[in-house]
Amino acid sequence: MKIVVPIKRVIDFNVRVRVKADGSGVETENVKMSMNPFDENALEAALQLKEAGRAEEVVGVSVGPAKAEETLRVALAMGADRAILVEADGPVEPLAVAAILAAVARQEGAGLVIAGKQAIDDDASQTGQMLAGLLGWAQATAASRIEMGEGSARVVREVDGGLQTIEVVLPAVITADLRLNEPRYASLPNVMKARSKPLEKKVPDDFGVDSTPRLTVESTEAPAARKAGVRLDSVAELVDRLRSEAGVI
Amino acid sequence: MSVLLIAEHDNSSLSGQTAKALSAAARIGGPVDVLVAGLGAKAAAEAAARLGGVGKVLLAESEALAHGLAEPLAAQILALAPGYEALVAPATANGKAVMPRVAALLDVMQISEIVEVLAPDRFKRPVYAGNAIQTVRSNEATRVVTVRTAAFEAAPEGGEAPIETVAAVPDPGLSKFIGMAPSPGGRPELTAARVVVSGGRAMGSAEAFEKVLMPVADKLGAAVGASRAAVDAGFAPNDWQVGQTGKVVAPELYIACGISGAIQHLAGIKDARVIVAVNSDAEAPIFEVADYYLVADLFEALPELARAL
Repeated sequence: MKIVVPIKRVIDFNVRVRVKADGSGVETENVKMSMNPFDENALEAALQLKEAGRAEEVVGVSVGPAKAEETLRVALAMGADRAILVEADGPVEPLAVAAILAAVARQEGAGLVIAGKQAIDDDASQTGQMLAGLLGWAQATAASRIEMGEGSARVVREVDGGLQTIEVVLPAVITADLRLNEPRYASLPNVMKARSKPLEKKVPDDFGVDSTPRLTVESTEAPAARKAGVRLDSVAELVDRLRSEAGVI
Repeated sequence: MSVLLIAEHDNSSLSGQTAKALSAAARIGGPVDVLVAGLGAKAAAEAAARLGGVGKVLLAESEALAHGLAEPLAAQILALAPGYEALVAPATANGKAVMPRVAALLDVMQISEIVEVLAPDRFKRPVYAGNAIQTVRSNEATRVVTVRTAAFEAAPEGGEAPIETVAAVPDPGLSKFIGMAPSPGGRPELTAARVVVSGGRAMGSAEAFEKVLMPVADKLGAAVGASRAAVDAGFAPNDWQVGQTGKVVAPELYIACGISGAIQHLAGIKDARVIVAVNSDAEAPIFEVADYYLVADLFEALPELARAL
């Protein structure tokens, strides 16, 4: 079985994101970029399945700017066998990404797609589910455990109020939550090796997909700031303030 | 503009998130019909019918729909979609799973987790874990929208909408429900709680959550949360996680205990009305967003707080 893992290049999760003064977006110049953290979990899950003999090949796919090649090289260094970069300038919406991934999954004859449950830039949490819909495949979102069976997978999902276990028919799209695993680091020798692993470059047109955004982002603004707080000296004072001033207890 | 709201429920009762999403749906257009898809879900449908401003409740029942699985639920929504210009769901685990599947099959872009309806086609939504707010316009033929319920008041009761049974679509047969392991403890749900008490890495252990934090939560009838650092350290289960990668909460009172205030955590508590922070580190970034804070040892301050409440 072949596993496809979508990889997105995003602003590193430790960076404090700043909104541009003109409202046109967020500052990305000279900002550290990394692999979307949930994609790391997805890739780790795919690599573990390959190591357990449940998959033959892991293919990383990124839809994004030319620089996303760096992020795909990280995926290759972690252990992906090969990568496909679908180059597109400017934002590409989840629906277009899903359409491209659907074409890739069909071309590759993938038996499973493991994606991150959301990207931490646009926080849409759509791509995996859209992909499953377009392919007519089963989906299991926010997975914290995956057990492969014969022609099916049993997935534990992080849902509101607990953990839900479902069984999905393969091929399927599974999206990874943080608790699925602890992603590995790419060792230096593997980083070197990754440079010579195959990376194919494509454009959305190659898959017959128009990646023009459907939604218009009119403006991007900073959220309303909270006022600086008051330092209190004792628990007694805190209780008093919460009662008489804030009225919340 | 006719709107179909997808109800969040467990068959026997309607989740409070539905009434909040209804407020958002009503601002997008009307009448708002509510789909209750489940099995033995008459009680949930009746609760939906009592919400003010509902046009009618559509009740679809089958084995496949019993647990809100995405594939049959998406098929059910798609069967009803031609009658509506907007499809709306609360951004719960179920809503987040099913709506993008629906949107893709309608060939439209979804607008996720709106926090404000500016006009029927213009919405505000947080990106970058709430560090930026986008204003988005949609010209799609059908608006597919999920609602961050913490940002909306619940629609009041007082309606008497008719309940109409609709035919359940055949099961696509792609997925099967095996079981549900509910989180332990009879506490309120994090996203719906009036008070949330959360612990961070400085709690030091799962036992400390139990012994030091729980008594405070018990006194306040609060939900218990945790920072990602505390979850990663194994002190608390993941469904307690508050923040960008966990749950976004909007309680009246949020008490952060031993939480330093990583960006990703702050993103999840921005909408709390009053934030209290207790931390022994006088430089903790959480103090920048707290309304009140104590620079104190948790293991002294929290037991004292529990006694004082």
